[in-house]
Amino acid sequence: MRILGHKPTVTAWIGMAIIVVNLAIAIFGPAFAPYSESQTVGATWDEPSMQMLLGADQIGRDMLTRLIYGARMTIGVALATTALSFFIGITLGFTAAVLGGWVDTIISRLVDVILSIPLLILALIILGVFGSSIPVLIVTIAVLDSTRVFRLSRALGMNLTVLEYVEAARLRGEGTWWIIRREILPNASAPLLSEFGLRFCFNFLFIAALSFLGLGIQPPFADWGGMVRENSAAINFGMLAPIWPALAITILTVGVNMVVDWLLSVEARPSGAQAEM
Amino acid sequence: MTDNTQKPVSNDKSDGKIILQIKGLRLEAVRGGAVIVDNVDVTLHAGQVLGLIGESGAGKSTIGLSAMAYARAGVHIAGGAIEIDGVNIRELNAAGRRDVRGKRIAYVAQSASAAFNPAHTIMDQVCEAPTIHGLMSRQEAEAWARQLFKSLDLPDHETFGDRYPHQASGGQLQRAMAAMAMSCRPDILVLDEPTTALDVTTQIEVLILLKSLIREYGSAALYITHDLAVVAQVADRIKVLRHGKEVEEGTVDQVLQAPREEYTRMLVEVRGAAASERAVQSSVKDEVILKVEHIDAAYGSFKVVNDVSLDVRRGETVAVVGESGSGKSTLARIITGLLPPVAGSITFKGAPLPKSLAERSKDLKRQMQLVYQIPDVALNPRQRLIETIGRPVSFYFGKTGAEVRKRAEELMELVELPKEFLSRRPTELSGGQKQRVCVARALAADPDLIILDEPTSALDPLVAEEILKLLRKLQAELGLSYVLITHDLDVVHRIAHRTAVMLRGSFVAFDKTDAIFEGPYHPYTEQLVTAVPVMRSDWLDGVLAKRAAKAKAATA
Repeated sequence: MRILGHKPTVTAWIGMAIIVVNLAIAIFGPAFAPYSESQTVGATWDEPSMQMLLGADQIGRDMLTRLIYGARMTIGVALATTALSFFIGITLGFTAAVLGGWVDTIISRLVDVILSIPLLILALIILGVFGSSIPVLIVTIAVLDSTRVFRLSRALGMNLTVLEYVEAARLRGEGTWWIIRREILPNASAPLLSEFGLRFCFNFLFIAALSFLGLGIQPPFADWGGMVRENSAAINFGMLAPIWPALAITILTVGVNMVVDWLLSVEARPSGAQAEM
Repeated sequence: MTDNTQKPVSNDKSDGKIILQIKGLRLEAVRGGAVIVDNVDVTLHAGQVLGLIGESGAGKSTIGLSAMAYARAGVHIAGGAIEIDGVNIRELNAAGRRDVRGKRIAYVAQSASAAFNPAHTIMDQVCEAPTIHGLMSRQEAEAWARQLFKSLDLPDHETFGDRYPHQASGGQLQRAMAAMAMSCRPDILVLDEPTTALDVTTQIEVLILLKSLIREYGSAALYITHDLAVVAQVADRIKVLRHGKEVEEGTVDQVLQAPREEYTRMLVEVRGAAASERAVQSSVKDEVILKVEHIDAAYGSFKVVNDVSLDVRRGETVAVVGESGSGKSTLARIITGLLPPVAGSITFKGAPLPKSLAERSKDLKRQMQLVYQIPDVALNPRQRLIETIGRPVSFYFGKTGAEVRKRAEELMELVELPKEFLSRRPTELSGGQKQRVCVARALAADPDLIILDEPTSALDPLVAEEILKLLRKLQAELGLSYVLITHDLDVVHRIAHRTAVMLRGSFVAFDKTDAIFEGPYHPYTEQLVTAVPVMRSDWLDGVLAKRAAKAKAATA
């Protein structure tokens, strides 16, 4: 089987399987979850049992149920964030590349200003001021993350705008939006897609980090980063509780990276072969 | 397979010992197993130069590289023996092959500017091979390199090696690369289109020096090119290739004067056509379509076009010839509005034309179209032909759906492509077909003037021939005017009614094409005309003799 015209490697297949399973859990999981999201079933940090396959969390909720609901929240927020970030970043980046001149200068310098401040600190300030609701969280991280996407898409756009088919469109009198949408975007989709995977991982970990610091997704909603924080004390008693959400984060991150690595290798070596030395 | 002994010719050095013998060479694509080179034999005697000639995709570069048992990504050597001095290097291990490369057999690539590492001096790169192979100490290698620089007539040969690649011109780099190849005094040189990327006047210098280098050090060489006239100057024998198979092999004179195969005959004739064909004058009307007056243009403070005036009439082809850097492509950019001129005026169909593209109306943009040099980058690889050709139809004429499709089919017919191709993407087309699509896209706007920026120079001679025919046919049928930007005097001869010769941003001559090429010449025009290789094996020697006579006359 071929995907995007190339045969995936074994690790790419594993990565794709991990992503598909995670997405399936995020979408359909809650329907099959043994309990509801904030239902207290047992006591604090109960050992795994037939009733609670992964044990209980710090206030006796079922860990497996929390993980399933957490997948929906964590992956959903990370996806929404990354999508928004790409929309902003690509639009601005390609506009800067196509129009050039003072438009490019103004956007680029603004981005430089944002990039010069550590993102986590900036996010903490904004979330501290506006309060951490899910929409604020998504918009904040998306805007901050879009600076990175801007950098990449501007560079890609710069390489493509000098090509003659883009010049031909300009000579025809096409507008900027048409040039971006029809001439540039389709030809930049492969590197942008692999970057999407990477940035999804970063955003996902960023949200986990914010949740861990208490400014991410707020209780009673379950999310993996927050679950690690809430259950972290269990480590002191040699209990497994914080391991489960941490493991979920790790597996998804590794899975996405496996696919991204494959995408990047396909791009770098379009012929899919090495020279015979 | 032709046997050398069957045709004893005076300049055929078949008496030397065989230095390179390739038998039954076969290369296949790694994926799909398509045959790239099919059962080709190459025999090269010491001190002999064998020209490999053919169009792109003929497998000539692939054969050149496989002489070093090297295959590019995506291709692998599937069969055959490659013997250097009787040793089959395909049977050696990687270390053994590495020992042969550079030392016994060396490679000169087409684009020297892309082959040099910009971070190291030329001397470092030239001395690398002999020191790595342990043939010379660094001092010896440098001394030898300086001697080679001198043989190759490089400027300041004592200090030339201290330069970085960006500090040398294209022609100098190509010669430096020849020095790099010679650094280990190899028995065999593989020259892969060493002069193709150079201007004609630079090409002749590099050709002269390569020829004398090969003679002076007695190296055998495989000379790969698509230009018969070039290979005729340096080679002893010519092997003609097509689709990875050998068409014929013979001495230079035999191939040029008495080609045995139909394909070779066509190749020879295409080069000869320029002598006979001329543009038809009757198609030209009196109406002046485009008038450019006293145009100056600059990139920043760097002036590239200086006081240029030009006029084009309906149905006329006006050619602008010159070398790279002469400003001819800039002139095309000025006319299309991509680069507003700093002074002068442009009149289009009697009305002044706004200088910048942004000020021109959609209808003005429609009436003037541009066809690019390299069709591969002029077509969006992600768009199907129906989108590429149909877009100007819907954009300028507001047509939709079935109407666009109908017009696109008409246009495909006009450029002689099957209309089933409309659902294809550019990657599924050959170079010539892509250029036809570019022409169709220009025609879709129903223009009065088409600016042709080197429309045939990226194409193989036989394909270029077809495109030229098409352009002429379209001019006759549709009464189009062309501004033809080119460096190829053959093309100019054949389709231009009038020709301007451009040198360093100014026209040195602008007249009827015949008047330009029949003389009396402007000195630069003469230089340009005489630098174009003629398909005779003694042409280069003739040029050298003429130069020597001139130098003598100057000193006497």
